[in-house]
Amino acid sequence: MKALVLIRPKAGILDPQGRAVQRALPALGFEGVRDVRVGRLVELEVDEPDRLPEMCETLLTNPLIEDYEIRS
Amino acid sequence: MRFGVVRFPGSCDERDALLAAARVGDAELLWHADPDLHGVDAVIVPGGFSYGDYLRVGAIARFAPVMASVLDFAREGGPVLGICNGFQVLCEAGLLPGALLPNTSLRFVCRQVEVEVVNPDRAGGPWFRACARGERLSIPVKHTTGRYFAPPGELPEEQIVLRYVPGHNPNGSQDDIAGVSNPEGNVLGLMPHPEHAVDPLTGSADGLKLFESLDRALVA
Repeated sequence: MKALVLIRPKAGILDPQGRAVQRALPALGFEGVRDVRVGRLVELEVDEPDRLPEMCETLLTNPLIEDYEIRS
Repeated sequence: MRFGVVRFPGSCDERDALLAAARVGDAELLWHADPDLHGVDAVIVPGGFSYGDYLRVGAIARFAPVMASVLDFAREGGPVLGICNGFQVLCEAGLLPGALLPNTSLRFVCRQVEVEVVNPDRAGGPWFRACARGERLSIPVKHTTGRYFAPPGELPEEQIVLRYVPGHNPNGSQDDIAGVSNPEGNVLGLMPHPEHAVDPLTGSADGLKLFESLDRALVA
């Protein structure tokens, strides 16, 4: 089956990439953007979706600095 | 004494680390796919872009066959030094607390910085025997992902071994942290590159002190 893992910087961790994007948007006329966080998306085709959390904790994310969400 | 310098695909500072180590002892390369540490007395995990730094810096390298042996070696008290990408690998491997995040500036920085040896004693393990507390070293940094971060409560103060001197923090590291150790002090990780500062010809020989320290510690 196909699975998506969304990875984002943990709340409270400075995300300079998000900040740069946030600064760029008003310059293009997009007002009212209050917060931007930039993360990663990993798309997987897996036989054992039950093992996705283990994959996330072991390799796909660093739980010290990132949160993840699994969507199938 | 004999140093082993790990070479991953994508390492780029292993030659300099080898040459620096060879100034105080013997040194040989350890191939990432070979779990045999060849009986070396100390292991250096050098800088570069191990496995392309794909996914996350150091994330894939920590699972290299050689790293399983480095973990065992470290747990038995063997001296392990992680420089730059090596520091990132040791954090990912859980040998050191915390993680390295992209520089606040989002830019690659390459410059000489001043760092202060804040804890050369226990936490500095064998790596700072040749340094005094408060001693300042001039060593270059060159990285894009060097902003040190440890969640609250995860890093005891005594494990902070090296700090950027005020005004020299090149990456936004928490509390100006440039290098940390494990609780026992035998494992050290730092962003600055001591292996690039071993000859006055290139501006500073301060980095040589780490290699001399280890030699002193192991001979003593």
